[in-house]
Amino acid sequence: MLNVENVGKTYPNGVRALEGTSFTVEPGEIVAVIGGSGCGKSTLLRAISGLDRPTRGRIALDGEPITAPHEKIGIVFQEPRLLPWLTVADNVAFGLTDRPMSRRRHRAAGALSRVGLGEKAGVWPRELSGGQAQRVALARALVPQPEVLLLDEPFSALDAFTRVDLQDHLLDLWADLRPMMILVTHDVDEAIVLADRIMVMRSRPGHIFEEIRADIARPRDRNSAAFDHVKSRVLMALDRSLVGERVPEMSAEHPGTGAAMWW
Amino acid sequence: MTVVSMEAAIEPTKAQTPARKRSLARFARPMLGLLVPVVLAAGWEFVVRMGWSTGRLVPPPSRIYAEFEELARSGELLRHVTVTLLRVAAGFAVGTIAGTVLGAIAGYSTMVRRLVDPSLQGLRAVPSIAWIPLFILWLGIFETSKVALIAVGVFFPIYLGVMGAVLSVDRKIVEVGRAFRLSGPAMVRRILLPAVLPAYVIALRSGLGLGWMFVIAAEFMGASEGLGYLLIDGQQLGKPAEIVAAILAFAVLGKITDWMVALAAAPFLRWEDRFTRQEEVVDVER
Repeated sequence: MLNVENVGKTYPNGVRALEGTSFTVEPGEIVAVIGGSGCGKSTLLRAISGLDRPTRGRIALDGEPITAPHEKIGIVFQEPRLLPWLTVADNVAFGLTDRPMSRRRHRAAGALSRVGLGEKAGVWPRELSGGQAQRVALARALVPQPEVLLLDEPFSALDAFTRVDLQDHLLDLWADLRPMMILVTHDVDEAIVLADRIMVMRSRPGHIFEEIRADIARPRDRNSAAFDHVKSRVLMALDRSLVGERVPEMSAEHPGTGAAMWW
Repeated sequence: MTVVSMEAAIEPTKAQTPARKRSLARFARPMLGLLVPVVLAAGWEFVVRMGWSTGRLVPPPSRIYAEFEELARSGELLRHVTVTLLRVAAGFAVGTIAGTVLGAIAGYSTMVRRLVDPSLQGLRAVPSIAWIPLFILWLGIFETSKVALIAVGVFFPIYLGVMGAVLSVDRKIVEVGRAFRLSGPAMVRRILLPAVLPAYVIALRSGLGLGWMFVIAAEFMGASEGLGYLLIDGQQLGKPAEIVAAILAFAVLGKITDWMVALAAAPFLRWEDRFTRQEEVVDVER
């Protein structure tokens, strides 16, 4: 169980990026964090990953406080961030240093074929497409079998087809070990397809504005009535979270179904 | 004959021609670069043979070759080449070590960079040949001052290259290392070193080039052996063939040593995403 208790972050320049944020993630749960830009959602994720330390509050995984990157927490960034000097297989095996070579190879090969790139093992990262590279990054994060997988807008740089494909693929991978998953996104559809719970954040200072449960049976149909119902609730919450911010064109009218991207 | 069997009959020639063309092009391209010097040399040889010029100040290729042969047979060439190579090697080693260590520290630590970099940049602005009198006063006329001068020439491009490379390592890649909890040494070995390697190889090669430049300057100053001495000797005794032979030896040695550095680094840089590799990438994707 992951506990975030009253976490806040003030940057050295005085910007209060995050304030009084508390929530709990149960084992096997998928949580999406959504909100306008600058609402502190990436700050929150980086604090949980241990890459940045919060200035206030406490984060704990199964009672153990998180103050630095932890072996049970994996992260996938917006960019694949593959190491260009390692082959695809070596990139996947990057986090497996403490195991013998043959075992590392075996695990990496398994993870690669699990993301559908088994035949790309010996290839350099520069030879991959954007979607393939992000799948390798997913395999790299999953191969040490983390209990928590953090995803920071992982599919936002990809085209719509690849994005939908990878969302489904991510759920497949998640089903193997069912880690807790926290997904930061600005794509409402993505949040609803993937998450059990959607947290809408609001900025100045960043905090959780509303929490919406998505009780839709899996696999989820993006065109079902239940999906649309949750989606309209999320969009309404987003609307209200943006009221009073100086972005009149976004809060003035209710966005149509096509306006799923929130920057 | 059916269409299919016709195609099958045509296929082999179709497949062979582009491959043969490509291998031909691979040989033809460097040959093209040789065309100009070969034509010029042959032309000059012809002019001298015809007696249109004595070739006293500009010796024809045959006379340079004879000089080369003479130097090689008497063992002179090997002696001078060895001495010069040893000087370059020693200066290159010292300059490389100093440049790498200082460059890495200055790139890594803002404090050290603020402290040391302005002075070093100031020293870099001094034409390095200006050091010669001082080095001779300090270190004597023999080997030490020569090696020191070469080391100074090698130091600056390597220092600058390493510092720039360390400074420009992508923060996002370093973060990957942090997320996987790499220790300090592991971070250097698995992230920083490979990330700076391409720039480091370029720095080494330009450092080596400067090393070859400075060895001549060093050997002009009171040397009794070495290729630079051979140049001076040729000038004083009025033997242009000897000068040209020494220059050619410099060219060959410089090219070979540069090529050795590039070749030694190549296996570590196969991952690089360079525009000259475009063809290869397309091949793989197909």
